[in-house]
Amino acid sequence: MTDTTSEPAFDMAKLSAKHTSQEAEARTKRRHWAEFRLKAYGILAILFAAVALVILVYTIVAKTLTVTNEFYLSLDVPIQLTERQSATLTDDNPNTNANLENLIFQAMGVQLEAPHRGRSARPLKGLISTYEGFSLGEIVGANLDLIGGNYHFEALLDDNLQLYMKGDFGRLSDAGTAGPITISAGDSGDQVVISAASNAFGASRIAMREDRAAEGRALRRSARDQERAFNETQEALDDATDPAERNRLQKLLDGFGQQRDQIFARADAALTEATDQRNNFTLRTDDPSVFIRANGGWIKITEMEPERLVGTVMNPLSQFGEVPEGKWSGLLMTSPEAERKISDRQLLWMEDLKREDRIVTHFNQRVLFSSDSAQAELAGIWGALIGSFWTMMVTFAIVFPIGVMASIYLEEFAPKNRLTDFIEVNINNLAAVPSIVFGLLGLTILLSGVKLFGIELFDGLLKVFAEDPRSTPLAGGVVLALMSLPTIIIASRASIKAVPPSIRDAALGLGASKLQTSTHHVLPLAMPGILTGSIIAMAQALGETAPLIIIGMNSFIQDPPGGPLDKANVLPSLIYLWNNNSERLFDGKTAVAISVLLIFLILMNALAVVLRKRFERRW
Amino acid sequence: MAADFKITASKVNVHYGEAHAIKDVDVNIESNAVTAFIGPSGCGKSTFLRCLNRMNDTIDICRVSGEILLDGLDIYQKKVDPVNLRARVGMVFQKPNPFPKSIYDNVAYGPRIHGLAKDKAELDQIVEQSLRRAALWNEAKDRLDQPGTGLSGGQQQRLCIARAVATAPEVLLMDEPCSALDPIATAQVEELIDELRASYSVVIVTHSMQQAARVSQKTAFFHLGHLLEFGETSKIFTNPDHEKTQQYITGRFG
Repeated sequence: MTDTTSEPAFDMAKLSAKHTSQEAEARTKRRHWAEFRLKAYGILAILFAAVALVILVYTIVAKTLTVTNEFYLSLDVPIQLTERQSATLTDDNPNTNANLENLIFQAMGVQLEAPHRGRSARPLKGLISTYEGFSLGEIVGANLDLIGGNYHFEALLDDNLQLYMKGDFGRLSDAGTAGPITISAGDSGDQVVISAASNAFGASRIAMREDRAAEGRALRRSARDQERAFNETQEALDDATDPAERNRLQKLLDGFGQQRDQIFARADAALTEATDQRNNFTLRTDDPSVFIRANGGWIKITEMEPERLVGTVMNPLSQFGEVPEGKWSGLLMTSPEAERKISDRQLLWMEDLKREDRIVTHFNQRVLFSSDSAQAELAGIWGALIGSFWTMMVTFAIVFPIGVMASIYLEEFAPKNRLTDFIEVNINNLAAVPSIVFGLLGLTILLSGVKLFGIELFDGLLKVFAEDPRSTPLAGGVVLALMSLPTIIIASRASIKAVPPSIRDAALGLGASKLQTSTHHVLPLAMPGILTGSIIAMAQALGETAPLIIIGMNSFIQDPPGGPLDKANVLPSLIYLWNNNSERLFDGKTAVAISVLLIFLILMNALAVVLRKRFERRW
Repeated sequence: MAADFKITASKVNVHYGEAHAIKDVDVNIESNAVTAFIGPSGCGKSTFLRCLNRMNDTIDICRVSGEILLDGLDIYQKKVDPVNLRARVGMVFQKPNPFPKSIYDNVAYGPRIHGLAKDKAELDQIVEQSLRRAALWNEAKDRLDQPGTGLSGGQQQRLCIARAVATAPEVLLMDEPCSALDPIATAQVEELIDELRASYSVVIVTHSMQQAARVSQKTAFFHLGHLLEFGETSKIFTNPDHEKTQQYITGRFG
């Protein structure tokens, strides 16, 4: 039976023709174009993420590689002890250690032909790390036979010289000089006068004159600013009637006037130096350093004229007189002395030491296996690594059992009612609470205690375990446990939910109790998922900084903690500390700490993936 | 008369929240017989079956009223522990659901938690006996330590039966045990049910008329939560009292 008789005629067959019409073709084209666009957006998004990742990894790896080596000064140190030093070394107390730095300085002084005592020895003493005297003391203390002989000692260079060796302050470059020079003694002690072929240092002189010109122009601009301030103050002074006000403005006016005149004078001086070819061009500490190396010594240039140079002898020359082309070199250090942390003298010493193969490099184990130090060249991540380890142990010991029990209860035992729903919603909300809030919670409950209306309800809970629980892995671990509890509960519940109900039915149908069903069947099947969730939560906790800063885990701690009750640091807070440090050697060490942290995070995530793949079950 | 029946259910009502799933059902299950529950989908036969070992307790919104006596004792009394009850009234489910453990552990699980075996040797015997009863011993004896989930569908279902049998229940409830199996496996399981009748009261829910006719002695026909007809299988399939039963077994509805 058909309904065609009763229905108004509507020919469905006509619709079919539309599928082959031009309209349909256009629609297909539009659809393909839309799909193409969507794909293109997706690929662009992935490319963007990939580029960002590559840049991140490149930056970290590149910075990490700058500290793979450390530099030592290799010396032959005669071990001639004072009475006090031998007494300290030979006594039975293992905690005392002699400081033998005077021996090292003496050896350095001999090597560099420089004073090694008193104020004038400061640049020399600054070459090596602060505690090398104790390192040598330790070596000699362990082997008293060394006393009286020569010991080949490698002293760790100070952080700034480590940076210089890596080229952080730039390197000496050829100043582009030519022709013979004649060196003769100058007016005073160290001064020498060098006569050179015309324009021996032409290129550097032109560059520096251009610098001067730019400086002069900049100074003029700032002088004009002062001028404007001066004029405005002058107008205000003219309008003012109150004597006190006039007095104040007059003082202000005088100040502006003085400053204006000073800056104008400096600008004029700079511009004169820049333009006047005949005049003396005097090198300042904020100009690049220019050196001449000739006859086994170094001269630092202080004044430059086309055919006449004035300089200071830094390292003595064997003789003065004429030096033919090729027997001397003009060298340029682009970074000015005022802007780098090593002086010209130290720089030249380093150059000499390098030439004599006195600088040796070793693989930098220290950055991994020593603990934090105020001396950048001595600092390492070991203490923070151990601190992170203890913190993670505490976190895991708390969060895993509590998280698993809570989720088993919520998923298998709790009645499904409003209270359970309320708890569930709140657990989900808790996972989104900023971690720093957990830090505050930990600070209040665990460390400082709670007071209500002036009555102390309870003292810091952790004071049961330690007198001062601040900065301990215990406190950090508890705070991180609070923070990662919601994550673990959510992951565990999802994983328990994923166990098919047929397994529960099977167990219950055999007469297993709810507890037996949960512990014998549900939990083992959910365990890979629970572990995966826990590992990811632990990885998150491992990288957490904010709450730990609140409870004081970002303080400077020199020794690795021996347990969860010792003061400690963790890797991320060490990164935070080092990153804020102004010593530039910490830049590379920060990158090392970041690399180690990332390696651990990647390993933990890989473990989670392996667990998931390994125990993945299909029903 | 009641003493001859293993289970006596009277005026049983089941509600799922607002929905009234079972309405005033009276059924007597005989010892050493197979009772089949048939009826169209959603008529409440599985629900009623699950009342018999209180599996419905696991569903929060389910309420059961009326009286179900097992050997004269009301199983819904407060003092009856559902765990003990389920040890006495075993169950086999629609979909084979072996534990993801070895075949041996699957069968041994019930005896272990109920402390049925004194020692390992006895447990071995229980496992062997149960697997023999489930006609799985010959296929499984060399692979007892392999996972039960690695067996074929029919073997898995027989493993589930062996697992239920190993707990030494008095009643065995089977909820469409053959619906996920091919005809050969179905024939094996049906044969098995017939053998199990010697030792247990068997209650089976099925959608297959032929299966009900083949394996059962008593048949109950459920329709929209009511028990429309209950009696000897031979009578129900040849000369039913009720018109709806007639229509259902001849395939005109349902």
